[in-house]
Amino acid sequence: MPMGQRVVIDPITRIEGHLRVEVEVANGKVTHAWSTGTLFRGLELILKGRDPRDAHLFTQRVCGVCTYVHSLASVRAVDDAVNVAIPPNARIIRNLLLGVQFLHDHMVHFYQLHALDWVDVPEALKADPKKTAGLAAQVSTAKKTGVNDFKAVKSRLQKLVDSEQLGIFANGYWGHPAYRLSPEMNLLVFSHYLKALRQQARTARLHAIFGGKNPHTQSLVVGGVTCATDLTADRIAQFQYLWAETMDFVKNVYLPDVLAMASFYKEWGNIGPSSNFLVYGDFPRSEKEPESFMFPRGAIFDKDVSRVEALDSGQVKEHVKRSWYEGEQALHPSRGETRPRHDSLNVDERYSWMKSPRYKDEPMEVGPLARILVACGKGHEPTQKAVDGFLEAAGMPMESLFSTLGRTAARALETQIIGEAMEKWIQDLVENLKKGDAKVHQEYEMPPESSGAGLNEVPRGALGHWIRVKEGKIENYQMVVPSTWNLGPRCARGKPGPLEQALVGTPVADPKRPVEILRTVHSFDPCIACAVHVIDPASNEVYKFRVV
Amino acid sequence: MRSSNHGRGSDGVCQHKIPQTNTLTGGACMEGKRNAEKETKGKGVSRRDFMKFCTLLSATMGLSSSFVPRIARALTSSPRPPVVWLALAGCTGCAESTFRTTYPWFDQFLLDMVSMDYHEILMAPSGEGAKKSLRDTLQKHEGSFFCVVDGAIPTAENGVYGTVGGKTMLEVAREVCPKALATLCVGTCASYGGIAAAAPNPTGAKSVREALGVETVNIPGCPPNPINFVGTLVNHLLFGNLPELDQLGRPLFAYGKTVHELCQRRSHFEWGEFATSFESPEARQGHCLYELGCKGPQTYNNCPLVKFNEGTSWPVQAGHPCIGCSEPDFWDKFSPFYKPL
Repeated sequence: MPMGQRVVIDPITRIEGHLRVEVEVANGKVTHAWSTGTLFRGLELILKGRDPRDAHLFTQRVCGVCTYVHSLASVRAVDDAVNVAIPPNARIIRNLLLGVQFLHDHMVHFYQLHALDWVDVPEALKADPKKTAGLAAQVSTAKKTGVNDFKAVKSRLQKLVDSEQLGIFANGYWGHPAYRLSPEMNLLVFSHYLKALRQQARTARLHAIFGGKNPHTQSLVVGGVTCATDLTADRIAQFQYLWAETMDFVKNVYLPDVLAMASFYKEWGNIGPSSNFLVYGDFPRSEKEPESFMFPRGAIFDKDVSRVEALDSGQVKEHVKRSWYEGEQALHPSRGETRPRHDSLNVDERYSWMKSPRYKDEPMEVGPLARILVACGKGHEPTQKAVDGFLEAAGMPMESLFSTLGRTAARALETQIIGEAMEKWIQDLVENLKKGDAKVHQEYEMPPESSGAGLNEVPRGALGHWIRVKEGKIENYQMVVPSTWNLGPRCARGKPGPLEQALVGTPVADPKRPVEILRTVHSFDPCIACAVHVIDPASNEVYKFRVV
Repeated sequence: MRSSNHGRGSDGVCQHKIPQTNTLTGGACMEGKRNAEKETKGKGVSRRDFMKFCTLLSATMGLSSSFVPRIARALTSSPRPPVVWLALAGCTGCAESTFRTTYPWFDQFLLDMVSMDYHEILMAPSGEGAKKSLRDTLQKHEGSFFCVVDGAIPTAENGVYGTVGGKTMLEVAREVCPKALATLCVGTCASYGGIAAAAPNPTGAKSVREALGVETVNIPGCPPNPINFVGTLVNHLLFGNLPELDQLGRPLFAYGKTVHELCQRRSHFEWGEFATSFESPEARQGHCLYELGCKGPQTYNNCPLVKFNEGTSWPVQAGHPCIGCSEPDFWDKFSPFYKPL
């Protein structure tokens, strides 16, 4: 077999954390891909022996982009271990804060992390602001910007270029043939890139209202939430106001931009495929879990959306044969024995700090696309409606969802679905308060020995935390994280992970300027700080490292 | 400006050369004023908003209102000071926190105030293109760019636990930081080691100072309030030097007092009114969280004063004890977090 050209992209930028991607390119397309997580911090080792109530503060620092979610997953796991039922208000506030996380995270992903894969920024200088204003009116029915706004953005960009200090835009892949937007579309989305930078700071205030601050909210505790003094009319009104402002942006800027861009990049509905999907489900609407989840739990194989399988969490196994850890055997997370061992980076052997989770021995994609598909398969009406509406407006078939473009569209769609659902949750909170129920926390006893799990859906996908408590201390803590599912390396049987599979067939016009590869990588919204950690340290022995 | 009495030179940082004449802030006063006013137009920011920001910054930095026009001028200088942002063993929370700045908004910070020449979270190019951006800045601006670091530096086993572009983070930091005009550590990890260095510190994570032996300006917090970072840079743009620092390298304008001293719930402490559990009536009445483990009395930071996210709240306002996240070794020193000091 003739060897293609090897291309290494390191660092992959516009992601959270440290990722390296190596691909083989032949005849202008990727034939093989290898994904490598390049940072290890060992948070689970650090957790060992500590107070279980503290765990969420530590795990939250797994990631500052997915801020909140590892805190939520942790208090849920410990709630489970101490067997405490949190009050309804605590459930609602935790849901609201999780909803905010999605709104914020997806918006930032599309504009700050993904948009420059599609938008040729200097080309915006050729745009006619008048025509751009016309285009904006066409793309979105809500009048958001006029000709003077686009003139101002254009002159601001011109000034940046004239200064010869391009900053983050220096050495971009500008002028690459893969860029297809008209100058006006480039200017429109670039102006929204700047707008999003402001909107995200406003949207983050929603976290601060009931969470104290963002990033790294600080109002969750085992047994509920702490923000008792924030359940006032003015705080709730402030929340509603900023929620409405955010939804205005989601509905009238974010979604229309994704839809309009899709029309320029339809072929990306056939690039970056995936076929298996896993969802833990989330947003409990009562104490009944998982029955009351807004996003239902389930698994899909071979793109068969009509057959959503029930989840059997016993079928999750983690492989380490191709990762920098001792051992070759695939084990369930609760039994895994894992010790870090750094070898040289060799894609034919061990090549990542990430492990490879598999479900029924298959790589599974997790995240927005998985959630959208499982929800459609389970007949969740708002999701079906949103998906049908998008596909019809874009003139794309259902099949095109299993792609780079599909992932990006699904992310925007679920932002709207979750955002709209939040309105009712705020109302539920108000109703409880009107009834005189202001309880946000439930006391509990810490049993000397117990174990618990928290299965969650977070912006990047299915997230599981498991804890084992002994003598009131953390004996063992494990996290299986969305980006590990999506970006992990090959398994013991040599089967590539979802990103590694999706990259095969991605075109590469110029290996020195691999913008097409970034499109597929970014469509997964990688978060590598989350993905890399030791699972289940089994002993107290001093680790031995083989160092190059 | 008060003279330093904290064991450092008046320029704050010992090892970095600070230019005597401020080449970064541009020309003479009158000209600068015109530029500031002219340039705030077309940046999507009203003059009023801009001056509001300058006023807030001067208040945060403890300056009199007469400094407001000078801050405005400092913020609209040309050429913009180059910044290299190194993301090392961290969680990106500090970068995210900086995105939340609202005075100025982050787009203004990014496009108008500095030249963000290297920032992996935001920059357009990856791989070779990204490396070129770094090389270009190191070559063109050696000695005059700011290096901002978030995250600790893994040092065990020669740093294999963290690599970027095929080099260990230790190598990258060794190459970049000494060439900078000043190295600003944003967050507790870069400042003191942070969570990666918590016991048993599996990767030998160290602060930038400790790993490289260079002086740094430390802006701790997990993550820090963006106003403390922006304020530090503004100080340099304005005065041509870094703000007055304490012995831990922290700007005194932000870290000069304890959270406890500034806390809105302080009177409850004085009166002996304490919340004893998160569902107690005292918790609902906003009483002192000392008995639930608040670390405010031993934590130097301005959270209660400036709050977070456009002054929306801060942890104690949200009913959660301060965990002391801007103190060295707080993960070990202050845990279990829900145990009283």
